[in-house]
Amino acid sequence: MDLTINGVPHQLEIEPETPLLWALRDDLAMTGTKYGCGLAQCGACTVLVNGQAVRSCVTPIERVAGASVLTIEAIEQDDLGKRVVSAWVKHQVPQCGYCQSGQVMAAVSLLKQVPHPTDDDINAAMLNLCRCGTYNAIRAAIHDLASSPENKGA
Amino acid sequence: MSRGPFENIAETVQEPVNLSRRGFMRASSGAAAGAFILGFGLPTRRARADDTKSPKFRGTQVPAFLEIRPDNTVLLQSPFIEGGQGTFTAMAQIVGEELDADPETFIVENAPAGDEYTVMDSGMRITGGSMSVRDGYAPMRRLGALARAMLLQAGAQQMGVSVTELTTQPGYVVHTGSGRTVRYGDLAHVAMDLPIPDPAIVTLKDPSQFRWIGQPVQRLDIYEKSTGKAEYTIDMRVEGMLHAAVQHAPRLGMTIASIRNEEQVLNMRGIHSVHHLPGAVAVVAERWWHAKQGAEALLVNWAEATLGTAETMRVMPSDFSSESYKTHLATASGKIDDAETKGDTEQALQKAHTVLEATYSSQYVNHAQLEPPSALARYNADGTLDIWLPNQAPDMFRADMAKRTGLDVEKITIHSPLLGGFFGRHFLYDQANPYPQAILLAKATGRPIKLIWSREEEFLRDALRPLAVVKFRGGLDTNGYPVALEAISATEGPTEGLGPKRGKDLDPSALEGLTGKAYDIPNRRISQRYIQSPTALGYWRSVGNSMNDFLYETFLDELADKGGKDPYELRRHLLRGNKRLTTLLQAVVDLSGGWKRGPFTAADGSRRARGIGMASPFGSEAAAIAEVSIEQGQVRVHEIWEALDPGSIVNPAIVEAQINGAVALGLSQVLLEEAVYENGMPRARNYDGYPILTLDHMPRVHVKIVESGEKMGGVGEPPLPAIPPAVANAVSTLVGRRIRSMPLSRHNFQS
Repeated sequence: MDLTINGVPHQLEIEPETPLLWALRDDLAMTGTKYGCGLAQCGACTVLVNGQAVRSCVTPIERVAGASVLTIEAIEQDDLGKRVVSAWVKHQVPQCGYCQSGQVMAAVSLLKQVPHPTDDDINAAMLNLCRCGTYNAIRAAIHDLASSPENKGA
Repeated sequence: MSRGPFENIAETVQEPVNLSRRGFMRASSGAAAGAFILGFGLPTRRARADDTKSPKFRGTQVPAFLEIRPDNTVLLQSPFIEGGQGTFTAMAQIVGEELDADPETFIVENAPAGDEYTVMDSGMRITGGSMSVRDGYAPMRRLGALARAMLLQAGAQQMGVSVTELTTQPGYVVHTGSGRTVRYGDLAHVAMDLPIPDPAIVTLKDPSQFRWIGQPVQRLDIYEKSTGKAEYTIDMRVEGMLHAAVQHAPRLGMTIASIRNEEQVLNMRGIHSVHHLPGAVAVVAERWWHAKQGAEALLVNWAEATLGTAETMRVMPSDFSSESYKTHLATASGKIDDAETKGDTEQALQKAHTVLEATYSSQYVNHAQLEPPSALARYNADGTLDIWLPNQAPDMFRADMAKRTGLDVEKITIHSPLLGGFFGRHFLYDQANPYPQAILLAKATGRPIKLIWSREEEFLRDALRPLAVVKFRGGLDTNGYPVALEAISATEGPTEGLGPKRGKDLDPSALEGLTGKAYDIPNRRISQRYIQSPTALGYWRSVGNSMNDFLYETFLDELADKGGKDPYELRRHLLRGNKRLTTLLQAVVDLSGGWKRGPFTAADGSRRARGIGMASPFGSEAAAIAEVSIEQGQVRVHEIWEALDPGSIVNPAIVEAQINGAVALGLSQVLLEEAVYENGMPRARNYDGYPILTLDHMPRVHVKIVESGEKMGGVGEPPLPAIPPAVANAVSTLVGRRIRSMPLSRHNFQS
């Protein structure tokens, strides 16, 4: 199976139905993408596939063959991703941090599609669970990004 | 456990092969990973071990805690684990303040197990009870001051001047006369040979001179956590490691009778081996995905618990249901033990003008931290054991491992990576931690094993926050003021739950929040009817207060209604003369723009009401106001105002973040959460069946930190308990009937 992760081609000798999450974590040792539920419920495993937020725990690798997969490890190579990370730092968003890889990926995906999201847009897109209660910091960071002069949409 | 000067070299062999947090932090801080870094004092640490060993001065062995590197960064071994509450940053602030080193230059790790890292007054080492900063404050300041004194001494030797001519600037020793400076990093090797000064006479800064304590210093771990670089136990990896997954017995106490398809599973792709464990089957594979598929495919005949099992562990009956258990608790008879009494409650109730009786209940709740539990165990060629696991008490876990394996504690090295949330989940709960299984599997396979519990297995074995059914009786005088309050709680406390037998004394964590209330009610009796729960019980953020303040504060509002009193006015009345709490109550009312109970119509046309809750948990004081409406039959919380008085604080930004977090968890509990058991099993095995608060239901949170100057209290847990009653009291006002149980999602508010 041929996969392109963060612009780097990989050939993996594993079954095509293997979830992308476990290919990333166990075969490629990219552990920034997290396992939380395995059911696409919590969002900790979120990656971008062709710019769209995808739950990697329920995405077989055969479905992303030939696609461009972006994970948290390379998020700062993306201009918008870099700005999202900066906003996360500025707003001191993470607490335990476990869900934040997924939160950052979901925020990048949202802002790529909706450069100036309303609260309702944020509610609809940011479905990732956080047990530490960083939700208001996430919302503030996204609004801050949306109103920054650099934000032209992507 | 000692960390010798060559540890950094040995580490390249022994640490996980993926870049460890430590390796990463070192690399990112500018020092080359794996470089030979000489910490000061390390070779002579053992010889001096007893110099300063006195219960009065814990945590004074400077070289055990601090390594100042040539690049002037400071590696601090923290006695407390970081799990999101910001304690690593707080420790860096406190030590840095007295050491005179910018917290930004700190790299903080969880210290290994060992007596030298026990700094708490209790003589234990745990991260819990919101005690890290309040118990760590004095010893960590002292530690920083001792280290600074050693650096000054080393500076005097190096410059050939008297130590009285020297002072410090952040990271530097400075000769006041000439202006000459030496970096701390260049003095570490000299300071190494110096004795630790007497902690009794070391000088601490005057608080008016504080540079970092009290400031909203940025957290040290934010960038790593925003870029996926922070590592948790689940991310660990060592050479030659295999992965494991388990399928637990559906109910506690059951054992394997037989496996119907073991051969078939062994022949599945990628499977290494199948193992029979106490109360579980395990599958080991080269990849976790295969291990999990194998574990789920196993068809196991489980045998009921054998006679006598209940004496050593909890046994879950096949007909247990949490709903009928509530009825059982409500109707149970049996001995009642008083935890707190004042006056003559029985007589006062008989004489009262009005008596109100009501039964309230809480619910079981799960921790549901986002990182599923895991453990990585490796037996080394020399018979020693290395283990990576999430834990809130390394020494207690190590002692348990020694007991299980027969190894001396010195042969067990515990590694404690960052916690992906904890909320009380990672204490020593029998049957609720994966490490005993990981150790057995490592032994059986002769390979390092990383065992991850799937989310489904986690929901099956999590230790629950207890549930309680409380019978209240309140007596009012002719003016409608409370003269007597009785609360009899049928419950088992989490500490009792660890037993699994009851202790000699009452478990304070069962009743806290019913006990310890500040209201001046002249006659009161708070009691427990101990009834053992078949479920495994554990500590959950704010422990007993997480439910008991809901129970008490909502009944108090019910009493207020009965006596025709406004709930805010009644609290003011019951707190008259209590300066700290009247100040706090006023602070939250002012923060909310003045008391406005409602119901009222908001600008958006919705009908709304506000409610109050107060709590005195973990040495701090909290008061909260919630504003709610009903949307499509369910409660919507729009605003939370909370005032918290922890006495004094170290980092206001972290305190505010903790208040937000506690508000979220308190709301999640009161609005949504309940671990329902049917037929001896939890109905929910993942987040789909156990909804927790989502972003779209997070209200605006307004925070007021009140520093009364009273003894320092906790921060992580104290903001939670006032939230559920504030919400429920608001809802009661809005819908015109009392709410006596959580979660509110089980009530129908359709008008």
